[in-house]
Amino acid sequence: MYPRAFDYVVPGTKAEALDILAERGSEVKVLAGGQSLIPMMKLRLASPATLVDINRLDDLDAIDVQNGHVRIQALARHADVVKSDVITRENGAIASAAPWIADPLVRNRGTLCGSVAHHDPEGDWASVMLAVGASAVVESRDGGERVVPITEFLVDMFTTALQPTELLTEVRVPRYTRGGGSYQKLERKIGDYATVGVATHLELDDAGTISNAGIALTSVYPFNLKVPEAEQLLIGQAPSTELFAEAAQIAKSACDPSTDVRGSAEYKRDVVRVFVERGLAASLAGAREN
Amino acid sequence: MEITVNVNGTDRTADVEPRTLLVDFIRTGLKLTGTHIGCDTTSCGVCTVLVDGTPVKSCTMFAVQANGSSITTVEGLKQNGALAPIQQAFKEAHGLQCGFCTPAMMLVGSALIEENPNPTEDEVRWAISGNLCRCTGYVNIVKSIQLAGEMSSAASS
Repeated sequence: MYPRAFDYVVPGTKAEALDILAERGSEVKVLAGGQSLIPMMKLRLASPATLVDINRLDDLDAIDVQNGHVRIQALARHADVVKSDVITRENGAIASAAPWIADPLVRNRGTLCGSVAHHDPEGDWASVMLAVGASAVVESRDGGERVVPITEFLVDMFTTALQPTELLTEVRVPRYTRGGGSYQKLERKIGDYATVGVATHLELDDAGTISNAGIALTSVYPFNLKVPEAEQLLIGQAPSTELFAEAAQIAKSACDPSTDVRGSAEYKRDVVRVFVERGLAASLAGAREN
Repeated sequence: MEITVNVNGTDRTADVEPRTLLVDFIRTGLKLTGTHIGCDTTSCGVCTVLVDGTPVKSCTMFAVQANGSSITTVEGLKQNGALAPIQQAFKEAHGLQCGFCTPAMMLVGSALIEENPNPTEDEVRWAISGNLCRCTGYVNIVKSIQLAGEMSSAASS
């Protein structure tokens, strides 16, 4: 299968990339890992007139801590996230999700930022980003830099707040002092979409009370679903099995899965309940370790 | 667009359309047909090649993206005309039946043992989890990759 012909541009600097985006706008797609874009182009679901390959840009693949947040830049591959000591130390939910993204070969090319910008409604990373309260950092030639909270960045399926002239340069995740997180994923085989995915995130204060909580669901709603009612229930409470079970019931009610080849709606709803309970328990264990 | 790619140790220069997939450049352009096409939708992994040592699906990368890179295909595994340990091991441990997934399995296996010469069964299964085999049930593929690791360690010690 071949995509339609396109103009291939390889900028040498970020400024050059932003120039091309400013000039050609909506006819352009940015090529990072290409693990979703190239299949879509081959199927002719996407036919950009111009591809801007950002893979040769320097200083755009960092995973580090900067100004109090964890920074994951545009060219950090899923495999880099899996191997990153910074991620292992700094964020339980991201560390837990990384090995379950796609398959090892796709992880060697695909990027976390690309996945967030693509916003496949059944993608795993968007749920994780919603749970950990990430922000998207986007840049354009004429608009400079803007930092968009993930809840505003993710607009709808395959739709984000990223403008045609903008490049998603990094994802920022707040640091925590006592926190933990988890990603629970049920899939029929490696590389398949999640049948059900659940991202959870918990932070504790000095007294051991829950000071921040995040819960987001994959593949059980038309898009990645954050569950604020369940998060609010947890905040300010002492963690307990009963509390987690109650939050899990809220998530189960909030989701709206479809019956398909991966399972019945009823089954998926119950997996959501079980995964939220397990995820919160794992997140709590992680938070108590640090 | 003119590109130069080092394929199995030799620089190859060609003029390719940007939309040419790496796998088609390798198979049709360079006539190296050991790299196979299976699903053509980033699912099966039989088109795996090593790009600068890293296994990737060559149906999901454009040839122009490989400009300046070094690529290893199954044809490049042999060492001084003899079978590489990974090839010898697949032969000895009967790591193939129809052979369609074998080039990819050997390349993924060779990249794994390069990094981790003594992988556990779980580590091998994890490494090949992006590669489908519809014949073997994977048992002998796992054994072959572990055997190759042992052979490589023995050869280098």
